[in-house]
Amino acid sequence: MKDLRLWGLKKSPWVYHVAAASCNNCDIEILELLTPRYDVERFGVVLVGSPRHADALLVTGVINRKSLPRVLEVYEQTPKPCLVIAIGTCACNCHIFRNSYNAVGPYDKHIPVHAYIPGCPPKPEAMIMGVVKALSKL
Amino acid sequence: MSSFLSGWRLVLAFVVSLIVIPVAGLVLNWVDRFVSARVQWRKGPPFYQPFADILKLLLKQTVVPRGAARTVFLLAPLVGIAGMSLVAMLLIFSNSGLVVAQKTSFIGDIIVLLYLLALVPLSFIVGASASRNPVAAVGASREMTLYLGYELPFVLALLVPIVKVARAWDVASALRIGGLVAYQQQFGPFLYSISGVIAAVIVLFTIQAKLGFVPFDIPEAEQEIMSGVLVEYSGAPLAAFRITRAMMFVLLPLLLITLLWGGIRDWWAVLKFLLIVVLVVLMKNTNPRFKIDQALVFFWFILAPLGIIAVVLAFIGL
Ligand code: SF4
Repeated sequence: MKDLRLWGLKKSPWVYHVAAASCNNCDIEILELLTPRYDVERFGVVLVGSPRHADALLVTGVINRKSLPRVLEVYEQTPKPCLVIAIGTCACNCHIFRNSYNAVGPYDKHIPVHAYIPGCPPKPEAMIMGVVKALSKL
Repeated sequence: MSSFLSGWRLVLAFVVSLIVIPVAGLVLNWVDRFVSARVQWRKGPPFYQPFADILKLLLKQTVVPRGAARTVFLLAPLVGIAGMSLVAMLLIFSNSGLVVAQKTSFIGDIIVLLYLLALVPLSFIVGASASRNPVAAVGASREMTLYLGYELPFVLALLVPIVKVARAWDVASALRIGGLVAYQQQFGPFLYSISGVIAAVIVLFTIQAKLGFVPFDIPEAEQEIMSGVLVEYSGAPLAAFRITRAMMFVLLPLLLITLLWGGIRDWWAVLKFLLIVVLVVLMKNTNPRFKIDQALVFFWFILAPLGIIAVVLAFIGL
C-alpha cells in the first residue's frame, strides 16, 4: 500500500505554483519547464490551477509579513502528502533581502521544505534535478 | 427484461460498463495527451500516466472544505460515474451484434440516453455548488449555460435519424437505438446523406463541449478560474470526476457511430472510433477558448438553425 502510494506520487507529481513576492523571474523559469524544450510532462508533471489538486508546491520569492499567512494557508489547503520545493535563492535563504525590515526569514522556518534549488533564477535543468532528488529521497 | 439480461450477460454488462469502459477511457486519455504532445512537438507522457494519476489521487487525502455540504459534495462525483455506466450498458447492449443478440433495446431508450448524458453536467454543477467556493460557483454557472447551449442542437441532431426511421418504418422502432442500428444495416448509415452529415458535425461539436475540451472548456478554464467546477475537489472524488470524463471520452464517439455511422457492427467501427477521437483531439489542440457568450451564440444561432435545416431535410428524405 505504501509502495503503491509512493509510486503514484513519484510518477505523477502535480505542481502548484506559489508565487509569494518573487521578482517574477523564477516564475518565468518555471513556466519554461513546461515548454516543449524541457517538456516535464514526460515525467507526469502537470501544472494545476488549484492547490487542492497539487502534490508539490513550488514556492518562489522572499517570504514577507504580507505573504506569510497566504503561503501558510495554501500549504494547509493542499492535501497531504505534499512536497514543498523552494525555488530560487530568495526562497532558499532570502538572498539580498535578508536584512530587510519586511522579510520574515526563509521558508523552512515556517513550513517543511523538501528541496532547495538555489540560483537567481535557477536553470530549468537545475529545477528538474532538484525535483528528481526530492522524489528519490522519499 | 430477465430474458436478455440474465446470467452471464448480466455479469458481462457489469464488467463492460464498470471495468472495460473506464480502462479504455484512461487509455484514450493517454492517446489524447500523447497526440497533444506530438502536435506541440513534445515527447509526451508514458502510456501508464493516466493510471498513475488515478492511483495517486485515490490514495491521497480528501479535503472537504469548511462550510461545504459534505454529503452532496462527496456523492456528486458518483452520480456522474453511475450515469456513464448506464449509458455504457444502453449503448453497447442495444447495439447488439457485437455482444448480445437481438431485443436488447426498449422503446424510448434514446430518450433515456439523453437524460443519462445530462447526469454528468448535473454532477459537476451540484458538486461545484456544494463546495461553497466562489470560483466553483462561477464554473457551475458557466457549465449550466454551456449545457443549455449544446443540448438544443444535440437534440435536433438526434431527431435526424429518428425522423428518417419514422418515415420508413414506424415511430416505435425510431425511438429505439436498436431500431436505428437495424435501419442503418438495411439502408446504409445515416451519415451518407446531407442531413446526416450536418447532424454528425453538430454531434462532433457537442462531443467537444460535453468533454470540456478546448474551444468549450469554459467551465474549467484553468487560466481564469483555476479549474472552475473542480477547484475544491481533491483525492478520490477528483479521481471519480476524471474517470467520468474518461468514460465519456469512450462513450460519446461510440454514440456518434451508433446513431449516425452504421452502429458497432464490425471491426470498421474501431477505425471510425479512432478517427473521431483523433479529430476531437486535433480540434482541441488547434483552437483557442470561446467566451461563454460566444459559445452560446455559436450553439444557438449557428448550430441550432443548421440542426433545424437538417431535420427538415430528413423530413423530405434527403
Ligand atoms: S531568486 Fe532571483 S530571480 Fe528568483 S525571485 Fe529571487 S531575485 Fe527573483
